[in-house]
This record gives sequence, C-alpha cells and structure tokens, in this order.
Amino acid sequence: MESPVPSGGTSSPVSEQVEMRQIAIRDALKEAMSEEMRHDGSIVLMGEEVGAYNGAYKCSKGMLDEFGAKRVIDTPIAENGFSGIGIGAAMCGLRPIVEFMTFNFSLVAIDQIINTAAKGRLMSAGQLKMPITFRGAGGAAYQLGAQHANSFEHWYAYTPGLKVVCPSTPYDMKGLLKSSIRDDNPVCFFESELTYSLKGPVPEEEYTIPLGVADIKKEGSDVTLITWSKNVFLTLEVASALEAEGISAEVVDLRTLRPLDEEAIFTSVAKTHRAVIIQEQHEMSSFGAYISHLISTKIFDELDAPVGLVSSLEIPMPYSKSLESVILPSKDRCIQAVHQVLR
Amino acid sequence: MDNELLCELYEKMLRIRRFEEEAARLYTERKIGGFLHLYIGQEAVAVGALSVLERQDKIITGYRCHGHYLARGGSAKAGMAELLGRATGCVEGRGGSMHFFDIENNFYGGWGIVGGQVPIAAGLAFAQKYKEERGVTLCFLGDGAINIGPFHEGLSLAALWGLPVVYLIENNEYAMGTPIEKTFPTEDLSIRALGYPMARDTIDGHDIFEVRSKVHTAVQRAREQNQPTLIEVKTYRYRGHSMADPQQYRTKEMVQIHKDRDAIELMGQKLDSLGMGTKRANIENAVEAEIQEAVKFAEESPYPDESTAANYVYV
Repeated sequence: MESPVPSGGTSSPVSEQVEMRQIAIRDALKEAMSEEMRHDGSIVLMGEEVGAYNGAYKCSKGMLDEFGAKRVIDTPIAENGFSGIGIGAAMCGLRPIVEFMTFNFSLVAIDQIINTAAKGRLMSAGQLKMPITFRGAGGAAYQLGAQHANSFEHWYAYTPGLKVVCPSTPYDMKGLLKSSIRDDNPVCFFESELTYSLKGPVPEEEYTIPLGVADIKKEGSDVTLITWSKNVFLTLEVASALEAEGISAEVVDLRTLRPLDEEAIFTSVAKTHRAVIIQEQHEMSSFGAYISHLISTKIFDELDAPVGLVSSLEIPMPYSKSLESVILPSKDRCIQAVHQVLR
Repeated sequence: MDNELLCELYEKMLRIRRFEEEAARLYTERKIGGFLHLYIGQEAVAVGALSVLERQDKIITGYRCHGHYLARGGSAKAGMAELLGRATGCVEGRGGSMHFFDIENNFYGGWGIVGGQVPIAAGLAFAQKYKEERGVTLCFLGDGAINIGPFHEGLSLAALWGLPVVYLIENNEYAMGTPIEKTFPTEDLSIRALGYPMARDTIDGHDIFEVRSKVHTAVQRAREQNQPTLIEVKTYRYRGHSMADPQQYRTKEMVQIHKDRDAIELMGQKLDSLGMGTKRANIENAVEAEIQEAVKFAEESPYPDESTAANYVYV
C-alpha cells in the first residue's frame, strides 16, 4: 500500500521507551479520520450524529467544525440508504467513512455491504473499486440487552471481498483505521463501546499499521492465547493470572480477521504447542472455530493437545448483569480452558 | 425531429430486440446458464431515456439490464459473450445476464437484489454533486422495486440532500408473476414521490418521443437545480419474467394489446412514411449482421481460464 507518510511499524509502542502521550481510543479514531481527511479531499464521514452531536460516542468531536457540513454529514436513521450512498459514492471516486452507531444496526444495511460493496469488484471484472470504510462499535457492553450486544465481525469476515479489522489498543485503532481508509477495498472496522475511554500510548507523529498483521501482545512459552478486539484486555488479564501459577502464556492479537495473519498463529503455536482461542461469538459457525480448524489441519503435528475455544454461550444476550456475565467469556472460563489444554 | 435521429433511435431499439431474440434462442439451446430476463417490449424506454443524457451522466439498473447496456453504447459482441460466460464478455464471464457493466460508458450495472440499486444511484449522484461535475445519474428500476425498504431510504435521502438523480420506474405491470394491482393500491406509481417530496411524472413507454421529452425535463431539473425526480413509465414486457416463466397469469390477448403499439414497429412505419424505407432496410440488415457476428464471436470465444478465478476479489 502506498503511504504518503512514514509508517510507524507494526508493533505497539512501549510507553516506557519515550515519554509518549496517552490518549483515549475515541481521540485516536478522531485523529485517524481527521489526518486522513486533511490529506485527501475525497474522504467524507457520514452517519447518525457524526456532525453536530460530535458522534454518539464522541469519536468525531470537532470534525464538523474543521471540515464543514459538506464532508461531515449527519444522516437520518436509514442505514441501508446511507450505506448505499457511501458505496455509490465510493464507486464514483470518493472515499467515504460510514459510521454505524453500532454494528448491530448494520444488519439493515448488510445487503448493501455484502451484495454491493463486497461483490461489485468481481461482478464488474475489476471495473469498479470500493474504497469505503464502515466503522462503529460491536459486541457486548454494560447490559445492552439482546439487540444491542451482538458480536458480528465473523459475519463480515465470512465474505470474500471485504476486509475486517478488529483492533484493541488506541495505538492499533489509529494506525489500522488510517490504513482502512486508504485501502481501495471495502473495510469493516470494529470498535467497542466499552473501550472508547480507554487510554494508551499513541505517538504525536503520523503512522499506519498494515492490515493483515497480527501482534504479539505478550510473549510466552507454554500456551498460545489467540484473540481480537476488546477481548485482548481480558486475555491479558488471564495471562497475568496464569503467570502467577507459573504458566507462561503468549497472547496473539489478530487485529485483522480478513486478511488473516495465519503465519503469526502458526509461529506461536509451533513454539508453545498448545492453543486456546478466546472470542465473544457464539461457538457454532464462529471465527474461533475456523481458527481451530486451521491449526488442527495445517500444523497438527505441532499440537500437544486439542485446541481450546472459549466463546459466548448459545443464548441471546439477556439484560441482567448476573446473566450477561454467565454468557460472555469470563476470566475463570479462560483459565479453565488453559488448564484443560495443559493437562 | 431530424431524420438521422429517428434512424438512430430505430437502430438502437432494433439492436436490443434482435440481441434478446437471439439470446432467447441460445438459452433454449442451453448455451446460456442461470437466469435470462428479457427486455423485449420495453426498448423505447431505455433508448428514449438514454438518448437525452450527456457523456458524463451515469446509468444504473436492476437485473433486466441488457437493454440499458446496449442503449448506452455497450458492445453487442461483449454482451453476447457475457451471456455465454466467455472471457471476452463485458465482465469477462463474472456477471452473466444480470450483471453487465461498462464503466467506460458510465454504465454502472446490472444489480440483482430488487431495489438495492436505488441508494447506490443516490451515491453516484452524491459524488457527482460533491465533485461539481454537472453530472446526473439515471436509475432504472421495476414496479416490483417500489415496496422494498431501500427504495424508500434512497428516495428519502435523494430528496433531503438535493441529489442530481432521476428515478425511472419501468412499470411493466408484473413483479415476476404478480400483477401491479396486487402490489400497489392505485394506478399512479409516481405518487410515491409526494412524501419525500420530489418532482414526479408519468410517461407512456410505447411513445419514445414522450420518453425523450419528459426524461429530458427531469434530467435538466437534476443538472440545473440538483433536484431529483421520480418517473413512472408505463411499459410492457412481451416475454415472461425470465425464460423459466410459463406466463399463466395473463392471456395472449393481453400481450397483443401492447404488441399492437410496439414502439419499434411504429418507428419503422414512421421511417417508411417519411420515404426512408431503403434506409430502414439498410439498418435492419446492418443490425442483423451485427447480431449474427456477436453470436459467432461469443460462441468462438474461450471460457475464462481457470487460473483467473481469484481475480478481482480485492484491488
């Protein structure tokens, strides 16, 4: 990918190395969009509440003031309509960013994303390109109930023609969003309501992170924990707890589901010989199940135990806190799964 | 209207008619797979409407797309090769009958989900307005598309944002086999425009001159004032919804009423009455030769090489 500004490499920065500022994910996302919009006049941002309200989660705070209503566009509640408009505009030379307040609402636009954005290039034998980024929050947050807590990234990752990005830290969010915007393919970019305020080191200078490159969030030698999105933080907690028991866990943050960095998974598992996948999806037909299949078929000889998989239970998300925590992957369930593969 | 234009309109309508008659024949010979939705009977709509556009204007349509592709200048050879799934097809065998594209001619396809192209058209127009190109998007859709959500969302946003787009409903009276009276409560489909609101019009689709003049008015409204229009064109398809349709929902007499006002036949008679019978015959011979050549080209063309299967998934 051509990059007008220097890339900052692929690994997360170590904040101790230099005195790096700490910013929240919502600000990292705003910086990514704003920097790209300053470079490229063909980029527009559209979605519900992105302008005058500064974004439902304040990810576009101040952008209407800087870029004006021609480029930061408040839409009515009409996801299929404005997603389709974004896709049509992308076919015609613009580079739109379409914000879904949450990806739960993308389901009424999923026909446009899958049947138009993902397939248009093939159907036109390469005559069309679709430089469009769909971004927004996904997954469960505090007691959102059944219709607002879906983790849908694997639905999009199922579709050839799309790229699917699921970052965790502020650094990854910014670098990957900039690459997503610059990509000439349609990209679905997943954030989380729970982590918009989470702060982390992000350099002042511009950088990008290429899509399709996983990141080792913690090195270890006894077991590989594979995850993505906000479950990276849960998984790091799990790894700390295991450390106290004398188990050294390596945490592989996939960062991108499609394209998938298979090599990073295989390299880590070839080192530890044991793997547990931690995901927020239900298990049946899930992305984690696919990774398990990959490991089991491509590097079967490296495995000392069957691959572990920790998922949400096969139940639509109920409201009550006590029930929600039963459904979602918990620290305890993750630790049990690691014990299982180490037995 | 000058005689040259009459000849051009006649030639373009006839090209579509003959292209599709040959396609139907090839389909029954099992040389074409999948679905084949024919436009026969509706040619005056595409040819009339596209004849008033400018070079930079964009066209998008649903799956009944051969007519719009050819009327915009798409090659009959590449179209026929596409139907036969050949590498020389307009989308190299990736699309088939429902998904013709010719972006060089600003023909943006051939889309298969009913009504899905309505917001996409608004997006093309959005970009044209954003880039200040003075371009207009013309979006074709069928009467079957006006009850689905994206139709409403697309028109709603086109009106709200003042986009230079013209929506042209080709009411051929049937959504597949369901007659329009079972899907819409009045005879005037253009009243849907009132709620957004946007300008509206109704056109007799057998009258190519009416198609030209009313679409021109709408296109100017889009170009000069950035205002969308919803037009209902009353037309009729003589063939079934697709080649698989036995047409048990109508009688031959009902079809004949429309065939008696066939726009191609009427234009042919007009050329004769203007003393251009020889010119007419020359056009017919030339179109016939062109279509036969297209069939030959398609049948002799290679299939896409298996090694190219993964092309065009990503940039």
